[in-house]
Amino acid sequence: MSEEKILLEMRNITKMFPGVVALDNVNFKLEKGTVHSLMGENGAGKSTLMKVLFGIYHEDEGEIYIEGQKNNFDNPKQAMENGVSMVHQELNQVMKTDVADNMLLGRYPKKGLFVDQAKMYKYCEDVFEDLGIDINPREITENLSVAQRQLVEIAKAVSYDAKILVLDEPTSSLTDQEVEILFNIIDKLRDRGVGIIYISHKMDEILRISDEVTIMRDGQWIATEPAKDLTTDRIIALMVGRTVDNVYPPKTNKPGEVIMEVSNLTGMYEPTIKNASFELRQGEILGVAGLVGSRRTELIETIFGIRTKESGQIKLNGKVIENKNSVDAIENGFALVTEERRSTGIFPMETIQFNSIIANTESYKKGLLLDDKSMIRDTEEVIKSMNVRTPSRKTQIRSLSGGNQQKVILGRWLLTSPEVLLLDEPTRGIDVGAKYEIYQLIIDLANQGKSIIVVSSEMPELFGICDRILVMSDGHVAGIDDVENLDQEKVMTLATKYL
Amino acid sequence: MEKKLNKNNIKEFLIENGLIIVMFILIAIIIIKEPKFVNYKNAINILNQASTKLIMALGVGGLIVLAGTDLSAGRALGMTAAVSTAMLQSADYAQRYFPEMAEMPIIVGFLAAIAVGGLIGLFNGIGVAKLKLHAFIATLGTQLILYGLLQAFINASPWGAQPLGGFKDSYIKLVLGSVKIGKFELPYLIIYAAIASAVMWVIWNKTTLGKNMFAIGGNKEAAAVSGINVDKNIIIIFVISGIMYGIAGFLEGPRIGNATITTGTNYDLDAIAACVIGGVSFSGGVGTITGIILGSILLQVINYGLLFIGVQTYWQIVIKGALIILAVALDTRKYLQKK
Repeated sequence: MSEEKILLEMRNITKMFPGVVALDNVNFKLEKGTVHSLMGENGAGKSTLMKVLFGIYHEDEGEIYIEGQKNNFDNPKQAMENGVSMVHQELNQVMKTDVADNMLLGRYPKKGLFVDQAKMYKYCEDVFEDLGIDINPREITENLSVAQRQLVEIAKAVSYDAKILVLDEPTSSLTDQEVEILFNIIDKLRDRGVGIIYISHKMDEILRISDEVTIMRDGQWIATEPAKDLTTDRIIALMVGRTVDNVYPPKTNKPGEVIMEVSNLTGMYEPTIKNASFELRQGEILGVAGLVGSRRTELIETIFGIRTKESGQIKLNGKVIENKNSVDAIENGFALVTEERRSTGIFPMETIQFNSIIANTESYKKGLLLDDKSMIRDTEEVIKSMNVRTPSRKTQIRSLSGGNQQKVILGRWLLTSPEVLLLDEPTRGIDVGAKYEIYQLIIDLANQGKSIIVVSSEMPELFGICDRILVMSDGHVAGIDDVENLDQEKVMTLATKYL
Repeated sequence: MEKKLNKNNIKEFLIENGLIIVMFILIAIIIIKEPKFVNYKNAINILNQASTKLIMALGVGGLIVLAGTDLSAGRALGMTAAVSTAMLQSADYAQRYFPEMAEMPIIVGFLAAIAVGGLIGLFNGIGVAKLKLHAFIATLGTQLILYGLLQAFINASPWGAQPLGGFKDSYIKLVLGSVKIGKFELPYLIIYAAIASAVMWVIWNKTTLGKNMFAIGGNKEAAAVSGINVDKNIIIIFVISGIMYGIAGFLEGPRIGNATITTGTNYDLDAIAACVIGGVSFSGGVGTITGIILGSILLQVINYGLLFIGVQTYWQIVIKGALIILAVALDTRKYLQKK
């Protein structure tokens, strides 16, 4: 590695938070014109390291050199002015203003006292054209798709004449075609000598786009290796610190008789499913696949009654049921683990106990009051059976990792003794080790005779744990078949059937 | 490293307890200026004065936990005070609001106050839950409606617009009486406030309604998915708050001697201040009954104490305003992501 090629060097970075060492003596080097991926389980310290680089956090020990110059930024603005840009996982954009406003936020070109509007649009058009992005700078930001918004953020980062560009999980909500556009832009930037730090959980992407991969675990540097020497298994082994023989637990559940029949289900309001029909067996795990926008979430939310049904019917155990709202659904034996754990799953400020019992309070009533003993007993049961790692049942749920939060939510629903569990992206944002545990729990539940519908964007996951897969395409059920009869290509073909 | 942590710890401690520290400094100043401030009589006076406001704050607190607020609480108290006092005037009072009406048992006036309060809560609750208004807007409207109605009610008196007075003796005794325990005299008002606090504590901590309230305030979407009937629970919490205003209104007439169109003015702001000082978070989902009790009492200690050492009323208002800003600033810091 020749000296002048090194764009960024972070030396012996240590960062402590009260009670935890978030970064422990971490070293990281980035070369000009390369893509260097940063991998690790959630909480491994990737984001913290990047925030230290970007001046959002301040390291307790260690130095940062940019092109050989010692440089510790006090704040993101300084970092950006010195050619370090970052596209955050959660987009921070002003939704009600236009694209050009967002691009030039904080650095509007002036004409005397006023903002030079014409110059703004011209500037954006130039940047977009240069990168091959087809977006109108006059468009109001909220009218853009997530992918387009992501591209705007990247363009903005690049437009600071970034020498170093950090992309934090840029593809988590992109479709395959959109990922291609993003990769084209990354290639373009790499050819220009920009150093790119790429954070992602998606192995195939990492292996495809990276020159080098650095793996972190528990706040420590573990390894930096050329991407061409790595395999998915090797990365996982480095990330979790042990070899993972199986990403999926053995499938032991045996589907039985049909328990639920959904026929011609159509929702009242857009976006909606159209004439969806399928059957679900007892003890079965049914996967729901489809592209972004194929209405997978709408399918299970309509079943659960939180989306209004226009026509069609649901039979459970041979009886027609009506889920007009979540109260009905729970009474009829349904449970729903939502896609957005933070916004519709957890009560962050509340304890594990509160989060465990909240869907089941009716059953703790003793007269007018709630019985503490049975609530504590059930909470302990959730912690034990779900293997929730927490100091106590009184811990605030927000202090747990994503995987443990998800286990609490699964436990919450099991307390309501459901027959049919609807799981929407149950492993999103959860690290590899915890994913395995969630899969095991799902299979155990099926073994106990629960029927489970799993919506997932990760196809290997569906093939790993499901008995059958239902493919949605533009609101229609495009096909449904046993896992043995399907492969990823067949699923993709079905997914585009109605497009 | 060690030193750094130590410094952080002190800072943390100051932020966590800053408000209490400031309060105690203020109280210390009061005591240094006037050592006589510390005595049993003052303590009882303070608790006595805090009692009706506490009962109100207990109602408002639940709405703040729901991430809402109530600007109509003060007017609701005025309205319920007018209704209950109009019904409970003594038979030999010359200017009775209902001259033809027989003297009513106290319970009738009490029930009327609760019913009116409950209805006001229901009205606000429907506005927030069903019409999807922000609580600030819904209760702002209600506040104006109530103020108008209260003036109309007082104006409709056969004796023209004038304060409602001349209460039944038994009513006055019920509110202003006290029970003797050995040497000490414990005013009924304090006992009522204590009972109201206990009942609300049970509702908040031991019932489904309480759990649901924290769930809705903490994460409305998640609450809805968890099978909680969000609208119904919001309405019930509003009705309970209205009932608390009714109880406070019922007590307020005899406590200050009459009921007028200005009765209750700005009480809502005091109640909100007490909740906020007591750690009920405006972002919703966080708060305790003990906090509200502490907040109410501390606010009254400072009010009373400043008066006791001769600080002008206008300076008291300034100090109260500063305390609220300080309280919320410190509260917000607790929930900020530490960096």
